[in-house]
Amino acid sequence: MRRYGMGLTLTICLLVAFWLLMLVIVPNITLFEQSFRPYLPVTEIGGPKDVYSFDNFLKVFNGDTQVTLLGFTFNIPVHVLTFSLTIFYSILVTILCFCLAYPLAYYMAKIVNPKTLPTLLLLLFIPLWVSEVLRAFAWWIILALKGPLNSLFLFLGVIDKPVRWIVDYNGVIIGLVYTYVLFMLFPIYNAIQSLDTNQIEAAEDLGAPWWKIHLKIVMPHAKPGIASGSVMVFMLSAGSLLVPSILGSTTSQWFTQTIDQWFKDALDWNTASAYALLLLILCTVFVSLAMWVFKVKLSDIAK
Amino acid sequence: MHKFRLGLAHLYTFLFLIYLLAPLAVMSGAAFNDSKLPSIVPWRGFTWRWFAELWADERMLVAFGNTLVVAVAVAVLSVIVGTASAILINSISGRLRTVLYGMMISTILIPGVVIGISTLLMWTKLGGLIFGADDRMFPFIPGLHLSVLGQVSYIAAMVMLLVLARLQSFDGGLEEAALDLGASHAQVMRRILLPHLYPAIGAGAAVAFFQSIENFNVTQFTRGGKDTLTVYVFSKVRAGITPTINALAFLLICITLVLAVWYEIARRRRAKIEAAREAEARRAEAMAEITGAA
Repeated sequence: MRRYGMGLTLTICLLVAFWLLMLVIVPNITLFEQSFRPYLPVTEIGGPKDVYSFDNFLKVFNGDTQVTLLGFTFNIPVHVLTFSLTIFYSILVTILCFCLAYPLAYYMAKIVNPKTLPTLLLLLFIPLWVSEVLRAFAWWIILALKGPLNSLFLFLGVIDKPVRWIVDYNGVIIGLVYTYVLFMLFPIYNAIQSLDTNQIEAAEDLGAPWWKIHLKIVMPHAKPGIASGSVMVFMLSAGSLLVPSILGSTTSQWFTQTIDQWFKDALDWNTASAYALLLLILCTVFVSLAMWVFKVKLSDIAK
Repeated sequence: MHKFRLGLAHLYTFLFLIYLLAPLAVMSGAAFNDSKLPSIVPWRGFTWRWFAELWADERMLVAFGNTLVVAVAVAVLSVIVGTASAILINSISGRLRTVLYGMMISTILIPGVVIGISTLLMWTKLGGLIFGADDRMFPFIPGLHLSVLGQVSYIAAMVMLLVLARLQSFDGGLEEAALDLGASHAQVMRRILLPHLYPAIGAGAAVAFFQSIENFNVTQFTRGGKDTLTVYVFSKVRAGITPTINALAFLLICITLVLAVWYEIARRRRAKIEAAREAEARRAEAMAEITGAA
């Protein structure tokens, strides 16, 4: 590269190589390799029993549990169930985040007075600077059986006895939506911002109802933003460990918690690796599939 | 737009802000409630007790120090690596660019659990390869330095995106001109390219710093018994909670608020100065027209 000369070019390439190789690629290859090895006592590592196998991955299918869905009862392995529920609820969180964020993104991009916009943005940024663990903790306080939410509702007469909010996956969903809704808001806002307001006005003049304007003009234009927001929220939710641990109930189990248990409680790093790899691969496949269905390209997302 | 729907939009934004900020207010309020459980109801009277207890909590102070060290290290490394990557991406094209760029971006999407476990595995295994299984030493043992490396692996991508956006507005001709005039490559970098990138680098450093403080997943798997603030707060939340956490949250929120207000005031002042300048320019123009016409 003539522009930067030998020395600088080399330094730059070395830095990038250090990042991508030492911090990303090699660790993941190690993870891949490790996940096929059995969990052995230290003395037997490298011995005759230390051979590659799919055993760690097959542990996913151990231990059935009964599930009733739509009136049908069938047996399903516990970890497969956990994983499916994680994916399902992550999708739900993504959809909820979109429903909450879209109107506000449109408001910020097209309606609000440009002078108040920076102040609004600042207010929105404040929760983002307060750490995730504290935000989850805040909801833990609010949703407690004797907490402020129940007191408020009792006071208003909405309910007549305290409601247990943190049951099943409720707490997790509320916490995840609160934590990640801003990751949906900003990409959509950016995308809508570049839409020419004249297009909306033209549609209005031609008599299009408001919902049709959003469906046919604003949303198609904002598709890259919606896609990147959704991918972000989905991956963050599925990979979250904090929120499910703090706001989870006795009947909720997130897949990352299962990985954590293999790692911390069972001290079986190899199976934890296998599970982590499963999470990574299946989430990637799922996101790619969703992108293919909605006809979004990766280059649209990384804008 | 229809008046009713406009009102509805304002109302929605207002409600959204309440939804975002009320939990923080509740959490702060509980820091002053004289009750063993962190809550604002029932209110048992005002107290400073939890702040005193917070100050007496030495593990917390250690964790706080660790967090700052890790965050600074992550910010420095991410800025260096991220800026270098942005410059590299900006000066190549074609297939190589697509592949490299895709790889860098994808690091943001890798679940933290995966980053944490894979980083820990690689470094401990590397240590095992070099020194044998028994006497592993720094840096091949779990610890906060591995947390730093794990966090850099995806935070660098965020810095890269910010710097890359700034590079789009850079005029490559400036570099050419400087080179033609006899500047060395290092001079061009230091005097021309980097000054142009400073705003993005500053923003990148701030983002990296705060992302690092927030980080839980990567740290949890790599920390090797050391605490950072997030990890410590998490362990506190799970095992018997006292409102000291609320006191801590209140202090952090206050710092955030002070920074935010300070930023807002600075912004308004800048906007005012700019508006004044524009008005002056307009007046000067008008004057010129009048005198020209006369």
